[in-house]
Amino acid sequence: MNKISRRKFVKAGFTVTAGVSGLAVAAKLAKRYGLVPPDSGGIYGPGETLTYAAHRIFSRHSLAREFSRSMISKDPFANSIAPLSDDFKRLQSGRFADWRLSVEGMVAQSATLSLSDLKTLPMRSQITEVVCEEGWSYIAEWIGTPLHEVLKALGVLPQARYLVYFSIEPDWWDSIDMDDALHPQTLLVWAMNNGDLPVSFGGPLRLYLPRQLGYKSVKFLTRVRVTDSVKGFVPALDPNSPNYGYSWYAGI
Amino acid sequence: MLFFPVSPATNRFPRHTLLVRVTHWLTVVSFIALLVTGVEILISHPRFYWGEVGNSLTPPLFKIPIPSSRSTVPTGYNYVLPDQNGWSRYLHFEAAWALILTGAVYFISGLRTRHFRRNLFPAPQDRTWAAFRRVIAHHLRLTPASNADDRSYNVLQRSTYLMVVFILFPFVIWTGLAMSPSFNAAFPWSSTVLGGRQSARTLHFLVSVSLVLFLLVHVLMIALTGFVSRTREMITGAAGRSRERT
Repeated sequence: MNKISRRKFVKAGFTVTAGVSGLAVAAKLAKRYGLVPPDSGGIYGPGETLTYAAHRIFSRHSLAREFSRSMISKDPFANSIAPLSDDFKRLQSGRFADWRLSVEGMVAQSATLSLSDLKTLPMRSQITEVVCEEGWSYIAEWIGTPLHEVLKALGVLPQARYLVYFSIEPDWWDSIDMDDALHPQTLLVWAMNNGDLPVSFGGPLRLYLPRQLGYKSVKFLTRVRVTDSVKGFVPALDPNSPNYGYSWYAGI
Repeated sequence: MLFFPVSPATNRFPRHTLLVRVTHWLTVVSFIALLVTGVEILISHPRFYWGEVGNSLTPPLFKIPIPSSRSTVPTGYNYVLPDQNGWSRYLHFEAAWALILTGAVYFISGLRTRHFRRNLFPAPQDRTWAAFRRVIAHHLRLTPASNADDRSYNVLQRSTYLMVVFILFPFVIWTGLAMSPSFNAAFPWSSTVLGGRQSARTLHFLVSVSLVLFLLVHVLMIALTGFVSRTREMITGAAGRSRERT
Protein backbone atom coordinates (compact mmCIF):
# COMPACT_ATOMS: atom_id res chain seq x y z
CA MET A 1 0.00 0.00 0.00
CA ASN A 2 1.65 3.21 -1.06
CA LYS A 3 1.35 6.60 0.59
CA ILE A 4 -1.43 7.96 -1.60
CA SER A 5 -3.66 4.96 -1.28
CA ARG A 6 -3.19 4.96 2.52
CA ARG A 7 -4.23 8.59 2.63
CA LYS A 8 -7.17 7.75 0.40
CA PHE A 9 -8.06 4.84 2.67
CA VAL A 10 -8.10 7.03 5.79
CA LYS A 11 -10.10 9.69 3.97
CA ALA A 12 -12.62 7.12 2.78
CA GLY A 13 -12.89 5.79 6.34
CA PHE A 14 -13.67 9.25 7.67
CA THR A 15 -16.20 9.85 4.92
CA VAL A 16 -18.03 6.60 5.64
CA THR A 17 -18.05 7.23 9.41
CA ALA A 18 -19.31 10.77 8.92
CA GLY A 19 -21.93 9.53 6.45
CA VAL A 20 -23.23 6.80 8.75
CA SER A 21 -23.41 9.02 11.83
CA GLY A 22 -25.00 11.75 9.70
CA LEU A 23 -27.69 9.29 8.61
CA ALA A 24 -28.25 8.20 12.23
CA VAL A 25 -28.74 11.81 13.33
CA ALA A 26 -31.04 12.46 10.36
CA ALA A 27 -33.13 9.38 11.24
CA LYS A 28 -33.48 10.56 14.85
CA LEU A 29 -34.48 14.08 13.81
CA ALA A 30 -36.90 12.73 11.20
CA LYS A 31 -38.61 10.62 13.82
CA ARG A 32 -38.91 13.52 16.25
CA TYR A 33 -40.44 15.87 13.66
CA GLY A 34 -42.90 13.30 12.34
CA LEU A 35 -41.23 12.71 8.98
CA VAL A 36 -41.30 8.91 9.10
CA PRO A 37 -44.42 7.14 7.76
CA PRO A 38 -45.72 4.01 9.55
CA ASP A 39 -44.77 1.81 6.56
CA SER A 40 -41.12 2.89 6.67
CA GLY A 41 -39.85 -0.66 7.23
CA GLY A 42 -38.92 -3.13 4.51
CA ILE A 43 -37.30 -2.66 1.12
CA TYR A 44 -39.61 0.15 0.01
CA GLY A 45 -39.22 2.05 3.30
CA PRO A 46 -36.43 4.42 2.20
CA GLY A 47 -38.40 5.64 -0.84
CA GLU A 48 -41.60 6.07 1.17
CA THR A 49 -39.77 7.95 3.92
CA LEU A 50 -38.13 10.31 1.42
CA THR A 51 -41.47 11.06 -0.23
CA TYR A 52 -43.39 11.61 3.00
CA ALA A 53 -40.59 13.62 4.64
CA ALA A 54 -40.17 15.81 1.54
CA HIS A 55 -43.88 16.69 1.56
CA ARG A 56 -43.97 17.32 5.29
CA ILE A 57 -40.93 19.59 5.06
CA PHE A 58 -41.80 21.51 1.89
CA SER A 59 -45.57 21.32 1.44
CA ARG A 60 -47.20 20.64 4.78
CA HIS A 61 -49.81 23.38 4.34
CA SER A 62 -50.12 23.57 0.55
CA LEU A 63 -53.63 23.61 -0.88
CA ALA A 64 -54.86 21.28 -3.61
CA ARG A 65 -55.73 23.04 -6.86
CA GLU A 66 -59.32 24.26 -7.03
CA PHE A 67 -61.01 24.60 -10.40
CA SER A 68 -63.63 26.80 -11.99
CA ARG A 69 -67.23 25.60 -12.16
CA SER A 70 -66.88 25.01 -15.91
CA MET A 71 -64.22 22.37 -15.20
CA ILE A 72 -66.63 20.12 -13.26
CA SER A 73 -66.69 16.73 -15.01
CA LYS A 74 -69.89 15.90 -16.89
CA ASP A 75 -69.09 12.23 -16.38
CA PRO A 76 -67.66 11.66 -12.93
CA PHE A 77 -66.64 8.03 -12.61
CA ALA A 78 -68.02 6.18 -9.60
CA ASN A 79 -65.55 3.39 -8.91
CA SER A 80 -66.95 -0.07 -8.29
CA ILE A 81 -67.72 -1.00 -4.68
CA ALA A 82 -68.31 -4.35 -3.03
CA PRO A 83 -71.97 -5.29 -2.39
CA LEU A 84 -73.24 -3.20 0.51
CA SER A 85 -73.82 -4.70 3.94
CA ASP A 86 -77.20 -5.22 5.60
CA ASP A 87 -76.30 -2.54 8.16
CA PHE A 88 -75.87 -0.05 5.34
CA LYS A 89 -79.09 -1.10 3.58
CA ARG A 90 -81.09 -0.74 6.80
CA LEU A 91 -79.90 2.86 7.23
CA GLN A 92 -80.41 3.51 3.53
CA SER A 93 -84.06 2.42 3.77
CA GLY A 94 -84.50 5.06 6.47
CA ARG A 95 -82.98 7.68 4.14
CA PHE A 96 -79.93 7.85 6.40
CA ALA A 97 -81.81 9.70 9.15
CA ASP A 98 -80.17 7.34 11.67
CA TRP A 99 -76.67 7.62 10.12
CA ARG A 100 -74.20 8.53 12.89
CA LEU A 101 -70.58 9.59 12.92
CA SER A 102 -68.81 8.91 16.19
CA VAL A 103 -65.76 10.98 17.02
CA GLU A 104 -63.61 9.40 19.71
CA GLY A 105 -60.11 8.93 21.09
CA MET A 106 -57.83 11.83 21.98
CA VAL A 107 -60.46 14.54 21.95
CA ALA A 108 -61.49 16.51 25.03
CA GLN A 109 -65.04 15.41 24.46
CA SER A 110 -66.20 12.55 22.25
CA ALA A 111 -69.41 12.88 20.28
CA THR A 112 -71.89 11.04 18.10
CA LEU A 113 -73.17 13.26 15.29
CA SER A 114 -76.03 12.86 12.85
CA LEU A 115 -75.83 14.26 9.34
CA SER A 116 -77.97 17.22 10.39
CA ASP A 117 -75.66 17.83 13.39
CA LEU A 118 -72.75 18.01 10.96
CA LYS A 119 -74.63 20.48 8.78
CA THR A 120 -75.00 22.92 11.70
CA LEU A 121 -71.21 23.39 11.73
CA PRO A 122 -69.47 25.74 9.26
CA MET A 123 -69.45 24.12 5.83
CA ARG A 124 -67.13 24.29 2.87
CA SER A 125 -67.56 23.77 -0.83
CA GLN A 126 -64.60 23.09 -3.09
CA ILE A 127 -64.19 22.13 -6.75
CA THR A 128 -61.33 19.66 -6.63
CA GLU A 129 -60.14 16.55 -8.42
CA VAL A 130 -60.36 12.93 -7.39
CA VAL A 131 -57.26 11.09 -8.55
CA CYS A 132 -57.23 7.31 -8.64
CA GLU A 133 -53.99 5.40 -8.27
CA GLU A 134 -54.94 3.61 -11.51
CA GLY A 135 -54.44 6.87 -13.41
CA TRP A 136 -57.94 8.24 -14.08
CA SER A 137 -59.51 11.33 -12.52
CA TYR A 138 -62.52 13.62 -12.43
CA ILE A 139 -63.44 16.99 -11.00
CA ALA A 140 -66.53 17.59 -8.85
CA GLU A 141 -67.86 20.12 -6.43
CA TRP A 142 -67.53 18.62 -2.97
CA ILE A 143 -69.64 20.06 -0.18
CA GLY A 144 -69.26 19.11 3.43
CA THR A 145 -68.06 19.91 6.90
CA PRO A 146 -64.30 20.40 7.24
CA LEU A 147 -63.00 17.73 9.59
CA HIS A 148 -61.00 20.36 11.47
CA GLU A 149 -64.24 22.17 12.39
CA VAL A 150 -65.49 19.03 14.12
CA LEU A 151 -62.17 18.28 15.78
CA LYS A 152 -61.70 21.85 16.98
CA ALA A 153 -65.22 21.96 18.38
CA LEU A 154 -64.45 18.83 20.41
CA GLY A 155 -60.87 19.78 21.34
CA VAL A 156 -57.91 17.75 20.09
CA LEU A 157 -55.52 16.67 22.86
CA PRO A 158 -51.88 17.74 22.37
CA GLN A 159 -50.53 14.18 22.11
CA ALA A 160 -52.71 13.44 19.05
CA ARG A 161 -50.68 12.38 16.01
CA TYR A 162 -53.00 10.42 13.72
CA LEU A 163 -56.59 9.99 12.73
CA VAL A 164 -57.97 6.50 12.13
CA TYR A 165 -61.29 6.42 10.27
CA PHE A 166 -63.76 3.66 9.56
CA SER A 167 -66.42 2.83 7.00
CA ILE A 168 -69.60 1.01 7.99
CA GLU A 169 -68.45 -1.69 5.55
CA PRO A 170 -66.31 -4.45 7.10
CA ASP A 171 -62.48 -4.16 6.92
CA TRP A 172 -62.66 -0.70 5.37
CA TRP A 173 -60.67 1.81 7.37
CA ASP A 174 -57.59 3.92 6.94
CA SER A 175 -55.41 6.43 8.77
CA ILE A 176 -53.77 9.81 8.13
CA ASP A 177 -51.53 12.14 10.12
CA MET A 178 -52.88 15.22 11.92
CA ASP A 179 -51.52 17.53 9.18
CA ASP A 180 -53.96 16.00 6.75
CA ALA A 181 -56.71 15.55 9.36
CA LEU A 182 -56.63 19.28 10.18
CA HIS A 183 -56.00 20.42 6.59
CA PRO A 184 -58.66 22.94 5.47
CA GLN A 185 -59.59 20.86 2.38
CA THR A 186 -60.11 17.60 4.29
CA LEU A 187 -63.88 17.32 4.30
CA LEU A 188 -66.63 15.16 5.74
CA VAL A 189 -68.49 15.25 2.43
CA TRP A 190 -72.29 14.96 2.43
CA ALA A 191 -73.12 16.67 -0.88
CA MET A 192 -71.68 16.65 -4.39
CA ASN A 193 -72.48 18.84 -7.38
CA ASN A 194 -75.56 20.42 -5.75
CA GLY A 195 -77.17 17.16 -4.59
CA ASP A 196 -76.77 14.75 -1.69
CA LEU A 197 -73.62 12.66 -2.01
CA PRO A 198 -74.74 9.62 -4.07
CA VAL A 199 -74.18 6.16 -2.58
CA SER A 200 -71.99 5.26 -5.57
CA PHE A 201 -69.61 8.08 -4.57
CA GLY A 202 -69.59 7.16 -0.88
CA GLY A 203 -72.80 8.73 0.38
CA PRO A 204 -74.21 9.61 2.75
CA LEU A 205 -70.81 10.52 4.24
CA ARG A 206 -67.27 10.26 2.93
CA LEU A 207 -63.98 11.50 4.30
CA TYR A 208 -62.35 13.19 1.31
CA LEU A 209 -58.82 14.56 1.12
CA PRO A 210 -57.79 15.94 -2.28
CA ARG A 211 -54.03 15.96 -1.61
CA GLN A 212 -53.93 12.16 -1.58
CA LEU A 213 -55.07 9.46 -3.99
CA GLY A 214 -58.70 8.36 -4.02
CA TYR A 215 -58.15 5.19 -2.02
CA LYS A 216 -57.51 7.26 1.12
CA SER A 217 -60.99 8.83 0.84
CA VAL A 218 -62.98 6.14 2.66
CA LYS A 219 -66.64 5.84 1.70
CA PHE A 220 -69.64 5.36 4.08
CA LEU A 221 -67.86 6.94 7.05
CA THR A 222 -69.19 6.13 10.53
CA ARG A 223 -66.30 6.56 12.94
CA VAL A 224 -63.17 8.66 13.35
CA ARG A 225 -60.66 8.18 16.15
CA VAL A 226 -57.89 10.58 17.13
CA THR A 227 -54.86 8.67 18.38
CA ASP A 228 -51.15 8.87 19.09
CA SER A 229 -50.38 5.57 17.35
CA VAL A 230 -51.56 3.95 14.12
CA LYS A 231 -50.26 0.56 15.13
CA GLY A 232 -52.71 -2.00 13.72
CA PHE A 233 -54.40 0.60 11.50
CA VAL A 234 -52.04 0.83 8.55
CA PRO A 235 -53.79 -0.79 5.55
CA ALA A 236 -50.46 -1.21 3.74
CA LEU A 237 -49.37 -3.64 6.47
CA ASP A 238 -52.68 -5.43 7.11
CA PRO A 239 -53.60 -8.45 4.94
CA ASN A 240 -57.31 -7.97 5.83
CA SER A 241 -57.41 -4.53 4.27
CA PRO A 242 -58.31 -4.09 0.61
CA ASN A 243 -55.44 -1.58 0.49
CA TYR A 244 -52.92 -4.16 1.73
CA GLY A 245 -49.58 -3.46 0.06
CA TYR A 246 -50.61 0.05 -1.03
CA SER A 247 -48.50 2.82 0.45
CA TRP A 248 -49.91 4.53 3.54
CA TYR A 249 -49.03 8.04 2.38
CA ALA A 250 -50.78 8.43 -0.96
CA GLY A 251 -49.75 12.01 -1.69
CA ILE A 252 -46.73 10.76 -3.70
CA MET B 1 -8.87 12.98 -36.27
CA LEU B 2 -8.22 12.19 -32.67
CA PHE B 3 -6.22 9.07 -32.23
CA PHE B 4 -3.91 8.45 -29.34
CA PRO B 5 -2.25 5.06 -29.25
CA VAL B 6 -2.99 3.66 -25.84
CA SER B 7 -0.39 1.78 -23.85
CA PRO B 8 -1.47 -0.72 -21.18
CA ALA B 9 -0.30 1.68 -18.49
CA THR B 10 -2.97 4.28 -19.28
CA ASN B 11 -5.66 3.00 -16.98
CA ARG B 12 -5.18 6.23 -15.06
CA PHE B 13 -7.07 7.82 -17.94
CA PRO B 14 -10.01 5.44 -18.23
CA ARG B 15 -12.48 5.54 -21.10
CA HIS B 16 -15.17 6.50 -18.55
CA THR B 17 -14.49 8.07 -15.17
CA LEU B 18 -15.43 6.15 -12.04
CA LEU B 19 -18.27 8.59 -11.40
CA VAL B 20 -19.72 8.14 -14.88
CA ARG B 21 -19.50 4.36 -14.55
CA VAL B 22 -21.15 4.20 -11.12
CA THR B 23 -23.94 6.63 -12.02
CA HIS B 24 -24.47 4.84 -15.35
CA TRP B 25 -25.18 1.51 -13.68
CA LEU B 26 -27.29 3.03 -10.90
CA THR B 27 -29.34 4.66 -13.65
CA VAL B 28 -29.64 1.33 -15.46
CA VAL B 29 -30.97 -0.40 -12.33
CA SER B 30 -33.38 2.48 -11.51
CA PHE B 31 -34.58 2.74 -15.10
CA ILE B 32 -35.31 -0.99 -15.43
CA ALA B 33 -37.23 -0.90 -12.13
CA LEU B 34 -39.18 2.18 -13.30
CA LEU B 35 -39.91 0.60 -16.66
CA VAL B 36 -41.20 -2.73 -15.32
CA THR B 37 -43.31 -1.11 -12.59
CA GLY B 38 -44.46 1.61 -14.97
CA VAL B 39 -45.83 -1.02 -17.35
CA GLU B 40 -47.56 -2.74 -14.40
CA ILE B 41 -49.19 0.53 -13.35
CA LEU B 42 -50.16 1.31 -16.95
CA ILE B 43 -52.00 -2.02 -17.19
CA SER B 44 -54.48 -0.85 -14.53
CA HIS B 45 -55.73 1.84 -16.94
CA PRO B 46 -54.32 1.46 -20.47
CA ARG B 47 -56.13 4.57 -21.76
CA PHE B 48 -54.65 8.04 -22.27
CA TYR B 49 -56.36 11.43 -22.25
CA TRP B 50 -55.55 15.06 -22.89
CA GLY B 51 -56.40 17.84 -20.45
CA GLU B 52 -57.04 17.82 -16.73
CA VAL B 53 -59.38 14.86 -16.31
CA GLY B 54 -60.13 11.55 -17.97
CA ASN B 55 -61.70 8.24 -16.97
CA SER B 56 -63.52 5.23 -18.39
CA LEU B 57 -66.55 7.41 -19.19
CA THR B 58 -64.64 10.01 -21.22
CA PRO B 59 -63.25 9.46 -24.74
CA PRO B 60 -59.54 8.63 -24.72
CA LEU B 61 -56.88 10.34 -26.84
CA PHE B 62 -55.60 6.83 -27.55
CA LYS B 63 -55.58 3.47 -25.83
CA ILE B 64 -53.16 0.59 -25.67
CA PRO B 65 -54.89 -2.55 -26.99
CA ILE B 66 -54.09 -4.77 -24.01
CA PRO B 67 -56.20 -6.31 -21.24
CA SER B 68 -56.36 -4.44 -17.93
CA SER B 69 -55.87 -5.38 -14.29
CA ARG B 70 -59.16 -3.64 -13.47
CA SER B 71 -62.62 -4.82 -14.40
CA THR B 72 -63.91 -1.23 -14.64
CA VAL B 73 -61.85 -0.43 -17.75
CA PRO B 74 -63.47 -1.19 -21.12
CA THR B 75 -60.72 -3.06 -22.98
CA GLY B 76 -62.58 -5.48 -25.26
CA TYR B 77 -61.03 -8.44 -23.46
CA ASN B 78 -63.29 -10.59 -21.32
CA TYR B 79 -60.70 -11.28 -18.64
CA VAL B 80 -58.90 -9.20 -16.02
CA LEU B 81 -55.20 -9.44 -15.23
CA PRO B 82 -53.95 -9.75 -11.62
CA ASP B 83 -53.45 -6.45 -9.76
CA GLN B 84 -49.75 -5.67 -9.20
CA ASN B 85 -50.08 -1.97 -8.38
CA GLY B 86 -49.22 -2.13 -4.67
CA TRP B 87 -45.57 -3.18 -4.92
CA SER B 88 -45.26 -1.62 -8.38
CA ARG B 89 -46.13 1.82 -7.05
CA TYR B 90 -43.87 1.43 -3.99
CA LEU B 91 -40.95 0.39 -6.21
CA HIS B 92 -41.71 2.97 -8.92
CA PHE B 93 -41.39 5.88 -6.51
CA GLU B 94 -38.41 4.42 -4.68
CA ALA B 95 -36.61 3.88 -8.00
CA ALA B 96 -37.59 7.44 -8.98
CA TRP B 97 -35.79 8.71 -5.87
CA ALA B 98 -32.75 6.60 -6.78
CA LEU B 99 -32.82 8.04 -10.30
CA ILE B 100 -33.18 11.64 -9.11
CA LEU B 101 -30.40 11.35 -6.51
CA THR B 102 -28.10 9.59 -8.99
CA GLY B 103 -28.93 12.23 -11.60
CA ALA B 104 -28.15 15.03 -9.14
CA VAL B 105 -24.74 13.54 -8.32
CA TYR B 106 -24.00 13.03 -12.03
CA PHE B 107 -25.13 16.55 -12.94
CA ILE B 108 -23.17 18.36 -10.23
CA SER B 109 -19.98 16.35 -10.79
CA GLY B 110 -20.42 16.64 -14.56
CA LEU B 111 -20.33 20.40 -14.21
CA ARG B 112 -17.36 20.30 -11.84
CA THR B 113 -15.25 17.92 -13.93
CA ARG B 114 -16.34 19.56 -17.22
CA HIS B 115 -17.64 16.16 -18.33
CA PHE B 116 -20.47 17.78 -20.28
CA ARG B 117 -18.29 20.34 -21.99
CA ARG B 118 -15.49 17.92 -22.87
CA ASN B 119 -17.35 14.73 -23.69
CA LEU B 120 -20.93 15.62 -24.57
CA PHE B 121 -21.16 19.10 -26.13
CA PRO B 122 -20.12 18.78 -29.79
CA ALA B 123 -16.83 20.44 -30.69
CA PRO B 124 -17.32 23.83 -32.43
CA GLN B 125 -16.42 22.46 -35.87
CA ASP B 126 -19.01 19.70 -35.43
CA ARG B 127 -21.92 22.04 -34.74
CA THR B 128 -23.06 21.98 -38.36
CA TRP B 129 -25.63 20.03 -40.33
CA ALA B 130 -22.80 18.82 -42.54
CA ALA B 131 -21.18 17.12 -39.55
CA PHE B 132 -24.47 15.40 -38.76
CA ARG B 133 -24.89 14.33 -42.37
CA ARG B 134 -21.37 12.95 -42.44
CA VAL B 135 -21.93 10.76 -39.39
CA ILE B 136 -25.33 9.61 -40.58
CA ALA B 137 -23.87 8.75 -44.00
CA HIS B 138 -21.13 6.76 -42.26
CA HIS B 139 -23.78 4.78 -40.41
CA LEU B 140 -25.89 4.21 -43.52
CA ARG B 141 -22.89 2.93 -45.45
CA LEU B 142 -22.17 0.67 -42.48
CA THR B 143 -18.62 1.99 -42.26
CA PRO B 144 -16.86 0.15 -39.42
CA ALA B 145 -16.23 2.24 -36.30
CA SER B 146 -12.89 4.00 -36.44
CA ASN B 147 -10.30 4.17 -33.69
CA ALA B 148 -11.44 7.71 -32.98
CA ASP B 149 -14.84 6.28 -32.09
CA ASP B 150 -13.19 4.34 -29.30
CA ARG B 151 -11.82 7.48 -27.69
CA SER B 152 -14.51 10.04 -28.21
CA TYR B 153 -18.18 10.37 -29.14
CA ASN B 154 -19.19 11.63 -32.57
CA VAL B 155 -21.63 14.50 -33.02
CA LEU B 156 -24.64 12.21 -33.38
CA GLN B 157 -23.81 10.36 -30.17
CA ARG B 158 -23.13 13.62 -28.35
CA SER B 159 -26.45 15.14 -29.41
CA THR B 160 -28.32 11.97 -28.47
CA TYR B 161 -26.73 11.77 -25.02
CA LEU B 162 -27.33 15.48 -24.43
CA MET B 163 -30.98 15.05 -25.35
CA VAL B 164 -31.35 12.05 -23.04
CA VAL B 165 -29.51 13.70 -20.14
CA PHE B 166 -30.88 17.24 -20.41
CA ILE B 167 -34.30 16.81 -22.02
CA LEU B 168 -35.80 13.33 -21.77
CA PHE B 169 -34.81 12.45 -18.19
CA PRO B 170 -35.74 15.86 -16.72
CA PHE B 171 -39.01 15.79 -18.63
CA VAL B 172 -39.94 12.27 -17.54
CA ILE B 173 -39.29 13.30 -13.92
CA TRP B 174 -41.32 16.49 -14.31
CA THR B 175 -44.29 14.78 -15.98
CA GLY B 176 -44.19 12.12 -13.26
CA LEU B 177 -44.22 14.67 -10.46
CA ALA B 178 -46.99 16.64 -12.21
CA MET B 179 -49.32 13.68 -11.60
CA SER B 180 -48.73 13.62 -7.84
CA PRO B 181 -51.69 15.14 -5.98
CA SER B 182 -49.48 16.53 -3.20
CA PHE B 183 -46.73 17.78 -5.52
CA ASN B 184 -49.10 19.66 -7.77
CA ALA B 185 -50.86 21.06 -4.71
CA ALA B 186 -47.49 22.58 -3.76
CA PHE B 187 -46.56 23.52 -7.36
CA PRO B 188 -49.79 23.92 -9.36
CA TRP B 189 -47.95 25.20 -12.45
CA SER B 190 -46.08 21.88 -12.73
CA SER B 191 -49.31 20.36 -13.96
CA THR B 192 -51.17 23.28 -15.53
CA VAL B 193 -48.41 24.33 -17.97
CA LEU B 194 -48.49 20.81 -19.41
CA GLY B 195 -52.22 21.13 -20.07
CA GLY B 196 -53.42 19.31 -16.95
CA ARG B 197 -52.89 16.10 -15.04
CA GLN B 198 -54.01 13.73 -17.82
CA SER B 199 -51.79 15.55 -20.33
CA ALA B 200 -48.91 15.06 -17.90
CA ARG B 201 -49.71 11.33 -17.71
CA THR B 202 -49.86 11.02 -21.50
CA LEU B 203 -46.56 12.92 -21.90
CA HIS B 204 -45.00 10.76 -19.15
CA PHE B 205 -45.91 7.71 -21.23
CA LEU B 206 -44.62 9.18 -24.52
CA VAL B 207 -41.31 10.33 -23.01
CA SER B 208 -40.91 6.88 -21.46
CA VAL B 209 -41.43 5.34 -24.90
CA SER B 210 -38.71 7.67 -26.27
CA LEU B 211 -36.35 6.57 -23.50
CA VAL B 212 -37.04 2.92 -24.30
CA LEU B 213 -36.29 3.61 -27.99
CA PHE B 214 -33.02 5.23 -26.94
CA LEU B 215 -32.23 2.21 -24.79
CA LEU B 216 -32.85 -0.21 -27.67
CA VAL B 217 -30.67 1.76 -30.13
CA HIS B 218 -28.02 2.27 -27.43
CA VAL B 219 -27.79 -1.47 -26.72
CA LEU B 220 -27.91 -2.26 -30.45
CA MET B 221 -24.98 0.05 -31.17
CA ILE B 222 -23.02 -1.48 -28.30
CA ALA B 223 -23.75 -4.95 -29.66
CA LEU B 224 -22.58 -3.91 -33.15
CA THR B 225 -19.33 -2.35 -31.94
CA GLY B 226 -18.36 -5.07 -29.47
CA PHE B 227 -20.71 -5.84 -26.60
CA VAL B 228 -18.10 -7.33 -24.28
CA SER B 229 -15.44 -4.65 -24.69
CA ARG B 230 -17.92 -1.76 -24.57
CA THR B 231 -19.57 -3.16 -21.46
CA ARG B 232 -16.18 -3.78 -19.87
CA GLU B 233 -15.23 -0.17 -20.52
CA MET B 234 -18.33 0.95 -18.64
CA ILE B 235 -17.58 -1.42 -15.73
CA THR B 236 -13.81 -1.24 -15.26
CA GLY B 237 -13.06 1.92 -17.20
CA ALA B 238 -10.39 0.07 -19.20
CA ALA B 239 -10.21 1.26 -22.78
CA GLY B 240 -10.84 -2.24 -24.10
CA ARG B 241 -10.65 -2.30 -27.88
CA SER B 242 -7.79 0.12 -28.39
CA ARG B 243 -5.72 -1.81 -25.93
CA GLU B 244 -6.34 -5.06 -27.69
CA ARG B 245 -5.12 -3.53 -30.95
CA THR B 246 -1.89 -1.98 -29.72
